[in-house]
Parts: sequence; C-alpha cells; structure tokens
Amino acid sequence: MAAFLAFAESRAGRLRKVAFEAVTAARQAADRAGGHEVHAFLIGAPGIGQGVEALGKHGADTVFVVEHPALERYSPEVYSATMAERVRAGGYRGAFFTASAEGRDLAPRVAARLGVSLASDVTGFEFQNDSLIAQHPAYTGKVNVTLRLTGTPALLSLRPGFVTPAEQPRAARVESVEPAMDPAAARVTVSELAQRSTTKLDLGEAPIIVSGGRGLRAAENFKLVEDLAAALGDAAVGATRAVTDDGWRPPTDQIGQTGRLVSPDLYIAVGISGAIQHLAGMRTAKTIVAINKDKDAPIFKIADYGIVGDLFEIVPRLTAEVKKARSS
Amino acid sequence: MKIAVCIKRVPDMEMRFSIAVDRTSLDQTGLKYEMGDFDGYALEVGLQLVEKQGPGEVVVISLGPEGVQEILRKGLAMGATRAIQLKADQVPFDGLAIARALAEELKGGNYDLIMFGRMATDTANGTVGPMTAELLGLPCVTGISQLDIGQGNGTARRDLEGASETVHFPLPAVLTIDEGIARPRLASLKGIMAAKKKPLETKPAQLGSISLTVERMELPADRPPGRIIGEGADAVPELLRLLQTEAKVL
Repeated sequence: MAAFLAFAESRAGRLRKVAFEAVTAARQAADRAGGHEVHAFLIGAPGIGQGVEALGKHGADTVFVVEHPALERYSPEVYSATMAERVRAGGYRGAFFTASAEGRDLAPRVAARLGVSLASDVTGFEFQNDSLIAQHPAYTGKVNVTLRLTGTPALLSLRPGFVTPAEQPRAARVESVEPAMDPAAARVTVSELAQRSTTKLDLGEAPIIVSGGRGLRAAENFKLVEDLAAALGDAAVGATRAVTDDGWRPPTDQIGQTGRLVSPDLYIAVGISGAIQHLAGMRTAKTIVAINKDKDAPIFKIADYGIVGDLFEIVPRLTAEVKKARSS
Repeated sequence: MKIAVCIKRVPDMEMRFSIAVDRTSLDQTGLKYEMGDFDGYALEVGLQLVEKQGPGEVVVISLGPEGVQEILRKGLAMGATRAIQLKADQVPFDGLAIARALAEELKGGNYDLIMFGRMATDTANGTVGPMTAELLGLPCVTGISQLDIGQGNGTARRDLEGASETVHFPLPAVLTIDEGIARPRLASLKGIMAAKKKPLETKPAQLGSISLTVERMELPADRPPGRIIGEGADAVPELLRLLQTEAKVL
C-alpha cells in the first residue's frame, strides 16, 4: 500500500504552521492517488504527543510519536536517523518535509541516509506512476524549473506558505516509536533556542509584509514602518539589504536574493528603489504597493499600486486611515 | 588546520535569462559566471580560520565543466592553497549525485572542516552540504551565521524563522555558511599573480546514477506593468479603496 508520510515540525513543544502544511499536502497526494493513508511523524520532548489531535484534524490517519527527555530541542542526528528508519519501515510512496530552516537541515540528511534524492523548496507537485513531478523556483525566482524525481520513496520539501492548511478530520491512531539512536550519543547538540519575539509574525508566515529601504534615512524612522504593520494586524516588518548592512535592522529581516524569499498577499515597499536583488525576494507577492519619492524608481515597474511622494507624509496618513477603516 | 571549501560556478543573477531551445536549460549566450554568493562567505571564513589558527591549508573544490576553473582561480587568488576540479560536462540538478562525487573526493582528505555556502544562488536547493556530511558520516551544521572554532570542537549560531539556535559540534565537521558572517575579500593583484602558479588538479567527477532531472524550464509570467495611482498623502484613500475592493487583500 502506497501511503504518504509527513514530517510534523515543532518548536519549543508546539507544532508549527508548516507541520499542517506538510500533512495537508500529504493528504492531497494520498487522496489523488485513490485514498491512501497519511502518516505523520512527530518528535520532541515528552508532551509533544499532544499535537496528535491537531495532526488528525488535518488528515493524518496515524501519527508516529517519538518522545524523549533529551529531545527538548532539535537534534539533527536523532531526528534524521529516526525519520529515515520510519520512511524505510513504512514503504511510503512519498515523504513530505517543508523547506523551513529545520526542514532544509533535516530533509537532505534523511534523503542521503536512504540513498535517494530530494526535490527541495517545491511549489507544486504531482505523483505519477514512477515519478514525482515537482515545480521549483530557481535562479532567484527568475526561472521556474519542473523537476522529475524517479524512484520510491520520493522525498520533497515544500516551500513554506505554498500549501494552505486544510482540515479533513480523522481520529488519528498513535504509535509510539523509540529514537533510532541514543540521544546522549549525538555529536551535534543544540544548547539554546533564543526566540527573537513570541508576538511578532515571521516573514515567511505573515500574510502582509511592510518593508523599508534607505528612503527612511535613519534607523529610528523604521517606527513608521512598524506602526503601519501594527495597524494592519497580521503584518511583519522586512528590510532591504542596504538597510541590514547598515545595521538599521537585523540581518534576518533582509528580503532579497541573499535574504528571505517571501510571497505574502500584500507587500508594501516603503522608501525602496527596487534593486534587482530586492525584487528577487518579493516579486511573487500577490499584491505590491510602493511608496517612493522618485517616480522613476524600478519598484514602480512591478508595483500594482504606486504612490509618488514623501513617505514621511504618506505612511503616517496610511497608518491613520488603516486604523480608521479597521475600527469602523 | 586543513579546510576544504566546496564552491559552485553560477550565472550572474542580475542578467536577463532566456531558455535554450531544448527547454531544459538556460540559453548560454552572453551569460557571465561567478562564484556563488554564499560560497564566497564560506571561503572567507575558511581563509580567516587558517590565518588566525594556522598553520594549515584551504583547498577549493568545484564540480563542473572547464569553466569552473575560473572560479577556482578566483578562490586561489583570494588565498586558497590549491584547487581541485571534479570534471563533469554539466552540473546535475540531483544534489545526491553531486554529494556522492564530492564525498568520494573528500573522504581520504583528512580535512578538519568541509565548508559550503548555505545554498547555491542558482538552483537554490541547499541539499549538497548536509548530504555530503551524511555520506561521509560527519557531524554537520547548516545555515551558520556566527562561528567559533576551538580545539577540536566548535560552536555555531544558526538563524531560524523568528529564532536562533546555538549549536555545538566536534571536528571534523561539515558546515554550511549563511550570508553576512564575514565579507569575502577582494583578490589583490599579488594574489591574482600568485594564483597562476598554484596547483589546480582536474579529476573526473564520480556522480553515479542520477534520479532528479530537469523536465522543463520556463520564465515566470511577467507581473502586469506597475501603476502609479497618485502623488502624496492625498492618494492614500484611493490606495485603501483599491486594496479593499480591487485587490481584496484588506
């Protein structure tokens, strides 16, 4: 029987949104193949098993739960050894990961352990008889590549945010699994997990991103961008490379060729001229708004809605109008 | 300290790409090539480690056709000791095949560190580093934004979405390097002259069987041309209306 497996990513004992994306994708693949089973793989410290119900709600028939006190934080070796063993034992047609920071670390390791290749950062997939056909944006989003991966199991990692989690409730069965290696024998250990902020949305998960560039003139003026993001609600703050290089914002906020690649529903570019390296990171946003004083700035060539003028007048007005609209 | 840095030749990403008639590759006409962005950071980190904690050597390795010798020479000009080209007519998309060829070359090399960029800027997969580590049975840390190497072990920071991890590992290890950790140096004229005399060895790449192939390449549909809806703060109500009623994103 050709079942599908999904890796359910968690952090600090809680399932992440990408876990539901992986399970939802596995459910779609299983249903298209004629209603096969979906299994999820959940690993962490004791208590992580509480996530089983939520995974069942998104379509998992069985959840394999690995609980161990030493797995409070990510362990690349224990995770990859145990996941590889599960893939081997389950005889799966396909195994889904997400191309998150953790998934990008884990999936290639599991693939190499199994001696199979991996279709990574995938934005579309179809299982055919002996092949997986997968879409993968490459060359900084300038070329869409269609890949053929032959052989079983087919491993793939999904671009975060590409699959919308959908509920398809099952009463998931639970199977407890022991770690495939003694966690105490792991050579690589994670000693600390520092959450930057528990309230702020991640750039990869936010439906709206407000991003600032050199046009803001000084680090403290990012307050304008932050205020607008706060007024919009589900919004994260990004920046251009010029801004992160100058230390106005942390490097992790950088959107662009060498930073984060994002595709939110709404991207508001404030004081950003639109260098090609920046466009590479955000050109797939559904709707782009640009606010810039230079009407010839390249950002206006791709912005669905542009306003030319002084951002120091336009942005506070926009923040005020958004607040007004949301309160009415 | 003996360090290998695996680098990839990638097209200059600022160019306009077009698809070749075979529809599975880029049209090579006018393409310019360079060392992958992240690979430059990895090489810089490797060079600094040997400079600070030497003696030792930095070996640059690249897989691909004759053209990869250009970026290997660049690596030598930046300060690498010697270079190895694993010759292949083209670089496959299959990360495991590349990892196999690299592992075959690296396994007898007694390297303390094997470094990669976090991902290649062209194919954007980021799979070769961790796959090579698994094939060699070595500890591996990916996406490193800060690195501290001590006696026989190291500590790294890797950035996650909205968080960061502190990771400890023993040497030898495989590391993949994120941007921003150390700005790659420019090759000096002296370095460029010296590079011409440094050894560059060429061997066939042992890729093995390939199971991940390019079926098709396409240019994404262009975004509709941009539209300026107005000037100054007075355009804000119209923007809000369009976002609510036309784009329906608010």
